[in-house]
Amino acid sequence: MSDTPLKETPLHALHVALGARMVEFAGYAMPVQYPTGILAEHQHTRAAAGLFDVSHMGQVRLTGPNAAAALETLVPGDIQALAPGRQRYTLFTNDQAGILDDLMVTNAGDHLFVVVNAGCKDADLAHLQRHLAGKCAIEAQFERALVALQGPEAASVLLRLAPGIAGMGFMSGRQVAVDGVPCFVTRSGYTGEDGFEISIPPENASRVVQRLLAEPEVKPIGLGARDSLRLEAGLCLYGHDIDTTTTPIEAGLAWVVNKRRRAEGGYPGAAIVADQLANGTKRKRVGIKPAGRQPAREGTPIEDAHGNPVGTITSGGFGPTVGGPVAMGYVAASSAADGTPLQAVVRGQKLAAAVAPMPFVPHRYHRP
Amino acid sequence: MATIRFSEEHEWIRVEGGVGTVGITDYAQGQLGDVVFVELPAAGKQVTKGGDAAVVESVKAASEVYSPVTGEVVEANQALADDPAKVNADPMGEGWFFKVRLADPKELDGLMDQAGYDAFVKGLG
Repeated sequence: MSDTPLKETPLHALHVALGARMVEFAGYAMPVQYPTGILAEHQHTRAAAGLFDVSHMGQVRLTGPNAAAALETLVPGDIQALAPGRQRYTLFTNDQAGILDDLMVTNAGDHLFVVVNAGCKDADLAHLQRHLAGKCAIEAQFERALVALQGPEAASVLLRLAPGIAGMGFMSGRQVAVDGVPCFVTRSGYTGEDGFEISIPPENASRVVQRLLAEPEVKPIGLGARDSLRLEAGLCLYGHDIDTTTTPIEAGLAWVVNKRRRAEGGYPGAAIVADQLANGTKRKRVGIKPAGRQPAREGTPIEDAHGNPVGTITSGGFGPTVGGPVAMGYVAASSAADGTPLQAVVRGQKLAAAVAPMPFVPHRYHRP
Repeated sequence: MATIRFSEEHEWIRVEGGVGTVGITDYAQGQLGDVVFVELPAAGKQVTKGGDAAVVESVKAASEVYSPVTGEVVEANQALADDPAKVNADPMGEGWFFKVRLADPKELDGLMDQAGYDAFVKGLG
């Protein structure tokens, strides 16, 4: 066990003051829940507006006329065609077409704004520096705060404090003053709901967050509900549903690689991705719905109806909006069709389950 | 008059006429968070003191519930199948897990009484 003290986000004191239960995550002390509890925090987010501290994630700026072309040497996404003000989800891949991390990239006009996972941010920064040095300027801004305001009321709330967000559609980003503080705001998130992610200078973070929490629709939400929300939304969690042993095609993320990048390659593992696009993969990431009420969690072995092992669950738990267990995992391609009957082996018992389409809860992104 | 005792794993047992009703304490349900599923032992199952008896699942994780005594399960609380949230709402009452016929009532002497358990929880900080 490490003796290194846990890192704290700029909102740490606020979480403690709100009575959060703090846990270790990616070397940070983070709120897993507030006194409200995970179930209620999850449901509140889908009913109104939940505010999440995601400052532990890594924010990076890439600057220079060749930044987009340079980044394309590390990701399969089309970054050069990303118009100013537009945002894209993409992946860092390795030479085996395995996934090093998933990330968001926004064309902020005079730079690319990149957000990577907390657990990977040091390795991702080193990866960028190793491969992109000399091609563009790389500036880590790990000290900045990042908060996510998610839910059907998020836009109404944020409009009161940030009139500059008017007209933003899903997957867009812009510089906006929030309660007078210059921030970078994207309309995106990790819950399947409409919502925003707000990058705030660290010295203003607590004030902006308290201002948001003062709005009647808003409650603070912890990492516990963040996980149940994203699972219901069918979104991958790096290190669990995707990692260096899974390719984008196995993971059902082929849409990340557009026509031009499929044809041109030029990123690590491109040949393997091309092969898998042409010839298929042996296994696929799918949604899995246990038939009863018992959850089937990460690591649960999956068998087909005849008892043959066909895969493993990579994320699983209880979906509060669904009102029952939900999961995702990898199964043999021959068992991947929607409706395929499966058995999840939980504590020696074989629980009936089936392949289910994702998301389990429909997305409600704002696409005017 | 029922005797109530507590284990260090935060189970309680209320014994009357040689049969103990077992559940988890208010401290335990608070630590777990919202309970979404409970796996109960079948009537007739033999349990041992400190051995696995049931499983309680929160949104995030599954946790073992141990039997505080050795004996035979005589009944499980089927109401928890439809409403596992009873464990959070009324952990010492309607949130009971199972009833066990004690093989050795002297095992109760090794468990904490209310005052002892309260001090134990306080010491957990």
